[in-house]
Amino acid sequence: MSSRIGRLRRAAILAVVGLGLGAGLSSAEEPPVQKQYIPLLTYRVGAYASSGIPIWAGIIDYFTYLNEAEGGINGVKLFWDECETEWGVEKGVECYERVKGGKDGSPVPILWPHSDPIGKALTEKAAADKIPLVTLNYGRTEAVDGRVFPYSFPVVLSFYSEASTAINFIAQKVGGKDKLKGLKIATVYHDSPYGKETQPALDLLAKTYGFENIQIPVAHPGNDQSAQWGRIRQLKPDWVFLRGWGVMTPVAVKTAAKTGFPVDHIIGGIWSSSEEDVRPAGAVGKGYLAITTYPAGADFPIHDKIRRFVIDTGKSNLQDKKSFGSVYYNSGIVDAIILTEAIRTAQGKFGHRAINGEEARWGLEHLDITDQRIDEIGATGLQPTLELSLSDHEGGGIARVIQWDGAKWSTVSDWIQADRDLLRPLILERAAAYAREKGITPRSDADSTN
Amino acid sequence: MSSIGSDAASDFIAATPDALWPRVRRALPIAALLAAAFVGAPAVGDDYWFNAILIPFLIMALAGLGLNLLMGYAGQASLGTGAFMATGAYATYNLMLRLPELPLPASLALGGVIAGAVAVVVGLPSLRIKGFYLIATTLAAQFLLEWTFNQYGWFSNYSTSSSISAPRLVFLGYDLSSPVARYLLTLTTATVVTLVAARLVRSQTGRIWTAIRDMDTAAAVIGVPVARGKLTAFFAGGFICGVAGALWAFAYLGTVDARSFDLDRSFQAMFIIIIGGMGSIAGSFIGAAFVVLLPILLSRVAGAAFGGAVDAGQLENLQNVVFGALIIVFLIKEPQGLAALLARLGRRLSSPSRR
Repeated sequence: MSSRIGRLRRAAILAVVGLGLGAGLSSAEEPPVQKQYIPLLTYRVGAYASSGIPIWAGIIDYFTYLNEAEGGINGVKLFWDECETEWGVEKGVECYERVKGGKDGSPVPILWPHSDPIGKALTEKAAADKIPLVTLNYGRTEAVDGRVFPYSFPVVLSFYSEASTAINFIAQKVGGKDKLKGLKIATVYHDSPYGKETQPALDLLAKTYGFENIQIPVAHPGNDQSAQWGRIRQLKPDWVFLRGWGVMTPVAVKTAAKTGFPVDHIIGGIWSSSEEDVRPAGAVGKGYLAITTYPAGADFPIHDKIRRFVIDTGKSNLQDKKSFGSVYYNSGIVDAIILTEAIRTAQGKFGHRAINGEEARWGLEHLDITDQRIDEIGATGLQPTLELSLSDHEGGGIARVIQWDGAKWSTVSDWIQADRDLLRPLILERAAAYAREKGITPRSDADSTN
Repeated sequence: MSSIGSDAASDFIAATPDALWPRVRRALPIAALLAAAFVGAPAVGDDYWFNAILIPFLIMALAGLGLNLLMGYAGQASLGTGAFMATGAYATYNLMLRLPELPLPASLALGGVIAGAVAVVVGLPSLRIKGFYLIATTLAAQFLLEWTFNQYGWFSNYSTSSSISAPRLVFLGYDLSSPVARYLLTLTTATVVTLVAARLVRSQTGRIWTAIRDMDTAAAVIGVPVARGKLTAFFAGGFICGVAGALWAFAYLGTVDARSFDLDRSFQAMFIIIIGGMGSIAGSFIGAAFVVLLPILLSRVAGAAFGGAVDAGQLENLQNVVFGALIIVFLIKEPQGLAALLARLGRRLSSPSRR
């Protein structure tokens, strides 16, 4: 190889590298387009890809359905692109910076971090850029206080509400909250910030209702839990609340069966409630209960519409059609319904056009997804009612319980309400501490008009 | 030992006027680079460049540099980089929280000192064991420290999610929360630390490290203080990683928990120096550029070229394949790392007559 050609080649490579990086600098400056951009931060590769892929399919299929069948939202069609995060923080931050400026003239109305660490890392950046972060059933619990966190929306079910609905379900089973007294309820949790998040709530609930609160940690990833379930055999709790993550859930179910704990007295948390969480446990998983805000099933009316306009026309994002109607697919639909309804609400005030983050925040804080609206969408039983306000960024605080019959989930409870009034002072206290540490002046409820 | 010391000293004193010009010429590109980084980048860069590209690149380069002193120069293999970064981050957080009157640079430096002290403790087994066995003990530290920060609420000021969140970054009355300011904070820190490190590896301490790395028995025989050398390497490496960790938490992400500094982070730092070049200051930066920036570049190029046409999941996997293949290609071409590759390239360009 002559060195000159080599040098030229290197120069060419350098030029390509420079151009590629330079692409980050250019931003499109075009007149406003009547199309709404929705960036998607995805994890189609990496450790959690198997749960991510059906989520994006649910989201994209619902968007496609809106575009095809309803002409978008009030005539404003949706378009989207994906940025891969692998669930990791650095890639997530890079993606956020890449997409936050909007695309083809459309601003970013709402962003889903779809990962707890990314959500945390973006909290302040998004507040500075005025882009609402919507985290469905995860995220900072204290962000429920929207006066301190104007751009964080941990909608539907915070971790505190998750714990509370589990306890209230047990109360239903034993015949009332007064029967909780004296029960032993063990929480087997993933030993991580996420896993420990429910502890203050369970402490308070135990004090209020008089049950014994046992906390048993499982170190990540939780491949071997014989020690933990051995302890459970000694302690003989009446119920186990399982706050798992990834491989921890099926291993817990299997180990419980092995040690003789009745699987139908284990209630999985929101992140232990998918097919992927229980199928690997095999036959012994039969009877396992779990909390969810998006029950599995492909028989809701919205699924018929999606089938007709998206699946049957070959426009679906779903590779494996077996996942149609799975828990994660349905969670994508619920995610998409909340986002599009918030945009619809904002359009009601700001006009039928692409809206920006600040307007979307107004839309979210005035969002009211009623039973009637859910019926119109065709998601009765799938989508929880949701009413948000400036000081309440959670809204619902309701969940249903599903049970694994060995092959699929069936829903075994109606919507169960968390004791939100009881837990709210705890949340406000934490939000106030955050505000103090950061020097934030909380908004007052009177600001809700702007 | 004394002979090594005088060697090192004479090397510095020997800068006679004859040798001055090559030195200046060598310093020129670095000066130009610094000028571009300090003046050029803030003038043209936007949020994306600072938040997503430059800040993480500089911080990971710094972490690589810390590990490079320890592993590349002193030969003490370590998988504790993440733990040292976490220590620096949590220490700096607690200093800023509990001693708010300390100025920001002092908190950063003290956080680094604490991380360095922890690293010295972690490095104590290195006095008796080496190689893979030492990796195992640093691995233990990695798990233990991550667990400690997660387990004991005091470190995170009893935040229920055990995460720490940057207090307002203020220095001399200037608010450092804007992306440019955070970039300049990172850049200044990286520059100062790198200059000190470059000086350090050419000093007596650095020579002791190299002697230990190349053959510690021989070094001990000729009177090099092996134990002290190993521990100073752990301190220096831990200090720099600690500063990098604090910057990662406060200048880059804003809110982190111990998971940000898990074993993957330690591996990432190790890959940075293996790919960039062990025992090379520049190698840490080149390696960080490769490991941090190349995936972003690949993702942008792939998105622009095939976005929409190819299944998104396939495209992501393809990028990982390309990235892995590039690592293998570069390591086959130059096992000493990219720094050696570039140095060879530079030599060839400066003497075109040969070959």
